[in-house]
Amino acid sequence: MLIDFFLHLKARKLPVSTKEFLTLLEAVQAGLAGHSMEDFYFLARASLVKDESHFDRFDQAFGEYFKGIEAIPGLEVDLPEEWLKAMMHKHLSPEEKAKLEKLGWETLMEEFKKRLQEQKGRHQGGSKWVGTGGTSPFGNSGYNPEGIRVGGESGGNRTAVKVWDQREYRNLDDTIELGTRNIKVALRRLRRFARLGAPDELDLDGTIAATARNAGYLDLMMRPERHNAVKVLIFFDVGGSMDEHVKVCEELFSACRAEFKHLEYFYFHNCVYDHVWRDSIRRHSERTPTLDVLHKYGPDYKLIFVGDATMSPYEILQPGGSIEYSNPEPGATWLRRLADAYPSLAWLNPEPERSWDYRQTIGIVRQLIGERMFPLTLDGMTRAITHLSRKN
Amino acid sequence: MRFEGSDNYVATPDLMLAVNAAIRLQRPLLIKGEPGTGKTMLAEEVAAALGMPLMQWHIKSTTKAQQGLYEYDAVSRLRDSQLGDDKVKDIGNYIVKGTLWQAFEAGEQTVVLIDEIDKADIEFPNDLLRELDRMEFYVYETRELVKARQRPIVIITSNNEKELPDAFLRRCFFHYIKFPDRDTMQKIVDVHFPDIKRTLLKEALEVFFGLREVPGLKKKPSTSELIDWLKLLVAEEIPVEALRSPDQKAIIPPLHGALLKNEQDMHLFERLVFMAQRNR
Repeated sequence: MLIDFFLHLKARKLPVSTKEFLTLLEAVQAGLAGHSMEDFYFLARASLVKDESHFDRFDQAFGEYFKGIEAIPGLEVDLPEEWLKAMMHKHLSPEEKAKLEKLGWETLMEEFKKRLQEQKGRHQGGSKWVGTGGTSPFGNSGYNPEGIRVGGESGGNRTAVKVWDQREYRNLDDTIELGTRNIKVALRRLRRFARLGAPDELDLDGTIAATARNAGYLDLMMRPERHNAVKVLIFFDVGGSMDEHVKVCEELFSACRAEFKHLEYFYFHNCVYDHVWRDSIRRHSERTPTLDVLHKYGPDYKLIFVGDATMSPYEILQPGGSIEYSNPEPGATWLRRLADAYPSLAWLNPEPERSWDYRQTIGIVRQLIGERMFPLTLDGMTRAITHLSRKN
Repeated sequence: MRFEGSDNYVATPDLMLAVNAAIRLQRPLLIKGEPGTGKTMLAEEVAAALGMPLMQWHIKSTTKAQQGLYEYDAVSRLRDSQLGDDKVKDIGNYIVKGTLWQAFEAGEQTVVLIDEIDKADIEFPNDLLRELDRMEFYVYETRELVKARQRPIVIITSNNEKELPDAFLRRCFFHYIKFPDRDTMQKIVDVHFPDIKRTLLKEALEVFFGLREVPGLKKKPSTSELIDWLKLLVAEEIPVEALRSPDQKAIIPPLHGALLKNEQDMHLFERLVFMAQRNR
């Protein structure tokens, strides 16, 4: 029972486990799902999916699986009740009238709606809008399904299918949205706690040990509080092709500022050369030599590049290739130097991952930094952070 | 034993189902959602509706799982030993019971709220796996096994600041309280302000949902902020006209400090309103 459903969810890449599936069965057995599809949907969601970013995927998978099984298809058009009634009476055959009395209006109307749905599909499929050889109990001589779109109250009840077909959790899917808060949550995984600063916290274990050594005479020990000690160095690509990604970069920047105590940031344009800068307005007067950055911030800093790595190959590979000035050494040399100096490194690219293979310079940069490029989505950030928090 | 919302709390059908599944199968219920959508209140209402006492355990970044079970107060025992107090001979005098212990040995079934579990250390949920699963734990100091007389109903809330471990999630039911739509919001407001003026409410909701649409807000106002704001509007007897500008101009709604809690947001909003006024 429902095993196919479970396997279908698995195939749709939802992280469901056997234990959760058994819980669901237990709940169904306890009669919690009642007899409605909607209750079953809620129950399945509460017991199988534990992350709202998977809700959308679950909705889709649920819809796919139960599309054939659910009796009432979700209608794309809402039919006015009177219109349906009129059509029914017009096209009702004697057997249908008998059936109507036997089954009741509701059932028959649903059947009718289903039939309409089918016809619309066939019409759009390009075949001619003709009857199906008189087998249909409703008859279908040439009404236009577009004519259905008259105003009025919606005829259909809010059917169960619609709850998951609405897909209201779409924007919680972790491959799409990236807000400041989401970024903060992702960055939080990079925390490394260490004890620094003034000793103002009671060290209980230390106190007990010291007291024991002190022949039972109380000897209080204090220790400093734990703080996030991770150090981060960020290089932002600004201007040019990055303009369209300004919003997401701003969000990333503000999240980083809030999250890390030891955060240093610099800007560059397209590729890193012998200097970077901190203030875009005074970028020509107050620049920092990249070598100074390398010397000042030790290898315990984690280096994050944010940029689309989209430029002309000359800008990376040739001396003097920069579009702004004549650089004595090629960008590739600088990138390699930085990659050597900071073992913990990641490049976040706001361009969608699928387009990377079509951009030559993205390939070059990836090679230079050892394939440590990640897309600037929540999922990509998570991967990058996992990579950065690994011990090198 | 079923939970069907209460006079003070509007529960959507999916929320009710999740709560009832958790009650029936005696599993913890994990509640997530935007801040201010009534996660903590849910536990209070479930306890009230089922007529059970509520035990609250608020989690901070320094909270350890052990503190929910019991704490051994070594410092006061040491002090007592130096004062020559007789209490010191029995270690049981220095075991301080935590929330879960109290819930386990309570005479009746209880509702336990573990509030904002994501604030704690990443290992915190893992340390509670067995306790929540089997509803028992071992006290090493006194060598006794504490077992729940009745399994309490456990409601856990999270603000999504940290990811929770899979092993923990597998043992829970999960519900995400999404931001209420207009109809649900109307019901929620009705519950809190039964005799608010229709016109005022309509205008206020308009302003509120409009404000949530403002692009670039750092913290969108949520249900609890709306309730606070309405409370102020009613208390200050603000007339309906103040919410609606006569000449279709954008205006800054009165007491908007209750809705926007961030000076940058406030600034942004005021600037937008100013621009809108100039463009008309």
